[in-house]
Amino acid sequence: MAPAGPRSGDAIFSSVERVNAELFTLTYGAIVRQLLTDLEEVEEVNKQLDLMGYNIGIRLVDEFLAKSNVSRCVDFKETAEVIAKVGFKMFLGVTASVMNWDADGTCCSIIMEDNPLVDFVELPDTCQGLYYCNILSGVIRGALEMVSMKTEVTWVRDMLRGDDAFELQVKLLKQVPEEYPYKDDE
Amino acid sequence: MGREVSESCIDSLLTEMVSTYCNRFYATKPELAARRIEAIGYQVGHQLSERYTMERPRFSDHLEAIKFICKDFWSEVFKKQIDNLKTNHRGTFVLQDNRFRWLARMSVDPPTENGGLPQDPSALAENEATQLMSMYLYFPCGIIRGALSNLGISCAVSADISSLPACSFVIRIKA
Repeated sequence: MAPAGPRSGDAIFSSVERVNAELFTLTYGAIVRQLLTDLEEVEEVNKQLDLMGYNIGIRLVDEFLAKSNVSRCVDFKETAEVIAKVGFKMFLGVTASVMNWDADGTCCSIIMEDNPLVDFVELPDTCQGLYYCNILSGVIRGALEMVSMKTEVTWVRDMLRGDDAFELQVKLLKQVPEEYPYKDDE
Repeated sequence: MGREVSESCIDSLLTEMVSTYCNRFYATKPELAARRIEAIGYQVGHQLSERYTMERPRFSDHLEAIKFICKDFWSEVFKKQIDNLKTNHRGTFVLQDNRFRWLARMSVDPPTENGGLPQDPSALAENEATQLMSMYLYFPCGIIRGALSNLGISCAVSADISSLPACSFVIRIKA
């Protein structure tokens, strides 16, 4: 049998168990609301959402690798494309695009126009400093850390703040060399 | 069919929400963690039942509303109906889901054959797993309470997991 190649985000999404997105969206909204009540400071809520995302990301990466069959990415450019096209699709059912590369290929933007996290969401004036989707940046940072890439992920554009899209800047800080007990081609 | 996301999204979110409240915020005060988790569920249930009943006439009595939870509401959220509904006709309803989705993937150590001493580490671990599971269940209990409250019924909801993976939700309507 020929070795199975990487699978497309669409193929994976159609084969996994799915749930009604409304339940997910409203649950996330209720969590954010409860955090705002309990922590009071918007900054602290941003931090907790990021941490929750990070913890999810370090676990979710296993499922991603197991189901997607992607092999090692040759460079950070490919990594970013795989996140946007396969990762986003297989979990959230939407794809994102990658743009705004810097000259040395270590910093780019992941842009989402459709984001199931924010259906029915409007931010009141009292939470202007809130990065409502901060859990997402945490997930990406956590997942990449598990494949040896230290990154910094920040929001550049946010539709809840009046921008025309969601834009996450992903910056590769350092690539930790992996040491295997075997060689790649064995 | 409306928009969907992968089941892992909701599973990971719930796991992380429970761990945030139980291990990070209220590690020494489980009853406070439980109350917060229930409150989050309450809000979700309240909003979902608002959405799912938009096009319906009002329910004529409590039983009608409970049946709506067992059939339509449960199908939307868990893609299956409640398997068994019992009532004492005095305001208590027991809803049994024979394979409750949010418990189906949780593993619990099997009970020890010889009963074991109370200090037996595996018995302790089992106890811990049961505790964690009951923390998770505050969320669906809150969902049911929120959904019914949106239909004008105030009640208390608790869960019983004595026969896993079945789970029973006990609804006591306040007079």
